[in-house]
Amino acid sequence: MKVLKIFIILFLVANFSELKSAETNDILKNKILKNIRCLICQGQSVYDSESEFASSIKLIVDRKINEGLKEKQIYQFLREKYGDWVIFDPKLNKNTYVLWLLPLLLFLFGGAIIYKKIILNKNNKI
Amino acid sequence: MKNKFSLFVIVIFLSFCFVIFYKGLNTPNNYTPKVNEKKNIPTFKAKDFYSNNYVNSDNIFEENTFYIVNIWASWCVPCRTEHPLLMQLSKNQSIKLIGLNYRDNFNNAKKFINDLGNPYSRILIDKDGTLGVEFGAYGVPETFLIDKNKDIIKKFVGPINQEIVNEIKLIIK
Repeated sequence: MKVLKIFIILFLVANFSELKSAETNDILKNKILKNIRCLICQGQSVYDSESEFASSIKLIVDRKINEGLKEKQIYQFLREKYGDWVIFDPKLNKNTYVLWLLPLLLFLFGGAIIYKKIILNKNNKI
Repeated sequence: MKNKFSLFVIVIFLSFCFVIFYKGLNTPNNYTPKVNEKKNIPTFKAKDFYSNNYVNSDNIFEENTFYIVNIWASWCVPCRTEHPLLMQLSKNQSIKLIGLNYRDNFNNAKKFINDLGNPYSRILIDKDGTLGVEFGAYGVPETFLIDKNKDIIKKFVGPINQEIVNEIKLIIK
């Protein structure tokens, strides 16, 4: 009887961990799919799209996760096939440095204007 | 002096914006992946259309032969328009055509080939479209030119035309 109880507990624990890993894989899959652009309906992510391309990508991502590939490796795989544009979150490279640096430059420019207007005016008044 | 400098900065900024928007309006919004990028052919396992046996990509592509991989489906209207050109290309001895039957019904695909002719030396089944993704395709029809070193050297999105056929003939000459 004791052996049976232990066996049942072990069985439940094994199944629970399997369910947990399936759930983790699903979360990861959805995260990746939300960050991939559908090339057919270009404003949508693959997660939201119902196109044939999107359904193929969903299957591929699922397969790659089950093969043990990490999130970055899956993005790299898709980048090699379709270029940087397929990922919503672009990497910093020679094509995207303006995209990444322009907000920073505008922020500094705006900061400089505010500094000039407020701080210097304050000093002048004193 | 100060006003002149401000005016200069504003003019530079507006010119910069103008160039960005002008370039943006002149380039199409639809993104097409690069078509002339040299890539290795993917390694894959696929079902053969006629024998239904699984074949390995290493056993499909041999060295020192040019290949064309054409993604097609019986439901795809542009595939019908490009089919006579594929038939024309298949007569060329220096190239072999591989067909990738994309998300299709077997009987419809068979009827398509029986009616229009078979330009392919081998047809592979891509039931769920994942094989197309391995090649970097995102629609149908798409055609890939593979050189003697087993590299994809060109990709043609959409149906091929006589101009493309001439281009392919020139490359494989």
